[in-house]
Amino acid sequence: MAITRESVTLPAVSTTPRHQYVAFGVMLAFFVVAPFFVYPLFLMKALCFALFACAFNLLIGYAGLLSFGHAAFLGSAGYLTAHSAKVWGFPPELAILTGTATAGVLGIVIGALAIRRQGIYFAMITLALAQMIYFFSLQAPFTHGEDGIQAVPRGVLFGLLDLRQPMTMYFVVLAIFVGGFLLIYRTIHSPFGQVLKAIRENEPRAVSLGYTADQYKLIAFVLSATLSGLAGGTKAMVFQLASLTDVHWTMSGEVVLMTLLGGLGTVFGPVAGALVVVALENYLAQLGAWVTIVQGVIFVVCVLTFRRGIIGELARILRKPL
Amino acid sequence: MTTVFGIPTQALFGQLLIGLINGSFYAILSLGLAVIFGLLNIINFTHGAQYMMGAFVAYFLLQWAGLGYWWALLIAPLVVGLIGIVLERTMLQRLYKLDHLYGLLLTFGLALIIQGLFRNEFGSSGLPYSIPPQLTGGQNLGFMVLPNYRAWVVAFSLVVCLGTWYVIERTKLGSYLRAATENPTLVRAFGVNVPRMITLTYGFGVGLAALAGVLAAPIYQVNPLMGADLIIVVFAVVVIGGMGSIMGSIVTGFALGVIEGLTKVFYPEASNTVIFVIMALVLLVKPAGLFGRER
Repeated sequence: MAITRESVTLPAVSTTPRHQYVAFGVMLAFFVVAPFFVYPLFLMKALCFALFACAFNLLIGYAGLLSFGHAAFLGSAGYLTAHSAKVWGFPPELAILTGTATAGVLGIVIGALAIRRQGIYFAMITLALAQMIYFFSLQAPFTHGEDGIQAVPRGVLFGLLDLRQPMTMYFVVLAIFVGGFLLIYRTIHSPFGQVLKAIRENEPRAVSLGYTADQYKLIAFVLSATLSGLAGGTKAMVFQLASLTDVHWTMSGEVVLMTLLGGLGTVFGPVAGALVVVALENYLAQLGAWVTIVQGVIFVVCVLTFRRGIIGELARILRKPL
Repeated sequence: MTTVFGIPTQALFGQLLIGLINGSFYAILSLGLAVIFGLLNIINFTHGAQYMMGAFVAYFLLQWAGLGYWWALLIAPLVVGLIGIVLERTMLQRLYKLDHLYGLLLTFGLALIIQGLFRNEFGSSGLPYSIPPQLTGGQNLGFMVLPNYRAWVVAFSLVVCLGTWYVIERTKLGSYLRAATENPTLVRAFGVNVPRMITLTYGFGVGLAALAGVLAAPIYQVNPLMGADLIIVVFAVVVIGGMGSIMGSIVTGFALGVIEGLTKVFYPEASNTVIFVIMALVLLVKPAGLFGRER
């Protein structure tokens, strides 16, 4: 499935081009300076969603798989992180790890089922399985149904960093995001990433060259699910809350929107998309259902006229892959 | 009181009937999805929203024009189908040359817009729509009371589904449709206006969704979000049945409705998820779906 045929494909080089160092530097500088001017909680939300969108983009942008059920990983990791921190008294690093591992295991199960079909079937299957996770979260006692898990203690990271301080929490979230981002960047540019792209462009040919396409797809899926879980666990710590919102299908739609708006298959696109969408939601929050309408309009406009996305268009103008 | 497997027959048959009714909606909706997918290669995410629009058109007709249920059954599919045709002409048409996934994303966006607009206007609570006077009351069958309206929904849905099957599989028009599904370029070379056929097919599929919406209006309340969760279940039904066969969609739809109803009796906790579990099992055993073929 070559959904990114129109978008900018990265050159198959192992050394990072200089302009990508520059772009990464700009992004990092922005996130280091921003909390001194913008409300940190808003930025932390944006960072969590940016990581989530980057993880999602690994799948759609480089393996050509459109998952419409990524909320399952974000949400379930959030629940397990919140539960283990609040009820079992885990320290934050262990709690987030628990959530991330949960998402990873769930990724193996859902991924193994979903990769049995391709294209739109893949999207429908992930959506349906994620809906199953939603109903489970609605009914299971430990998630507290509509209330969610509230007042999750942030605790002290590694016994050293007091996460109750907003700025400490912010830089920990930034570190987690950068770690996840670099891992994804490394994955895309590794031989593994090249094989993924080969499968995306022409699966039968990749198979005929001896690559076990299903294994590659599953590994990419699990990696994407795990990193989404990392984002979900971190988000639960930031907001001290795990709720049904994060497992609902609207959340799966939101991450698609962020990635589409930023640019499918671009390295920095999902981050830009997440920033814009989170800012938009913040701004439109009082308007109720208008948020949904605006999201829908962005979807329609992006698909009809803006398929490269923000960063994709920027890359086209600069003639450099971003 | 008579019981079967320790369950009162009253409850058992009651849930079975509800299962059949849900199955009717699954069947009509997955049928529409399959017909649209066959020709357009697009999974119509807006289907749930169009089902909801059907129910709302019925409600508007009654409130504003004083036209009752029977008129709604005729007019709502036409109105919503026409809106569908406009959407196809103005937007969907531009995507046929692109990857199929863009169609999914576009229709998802349209569903968000439609549902958002209706929710803005009418809130999230349901609006009542009463059963037509000719179909109130029920028949006492001895072991249970069969409400007339529910019997009507099941029977009418069956007729609609089988009628659609007949048109597609047994008429000249249907043979054009099937030929265009197989090879649109060749059919076009024979002088058939395929783009117009695609547009009308989309309108027809959407009209089916609206028809299901009108049928559902008196049973469930008319609610802006009534199609939002339903469409996900219908997707699972489509994955289970596979979209290769019209009859397959119909049979799968009804069967899964009944299974869901029975689950409500024997293990209520799983009634929301049973269809998804079945989907997972089918994927393990027969990935192409029960009636599907790999393409």
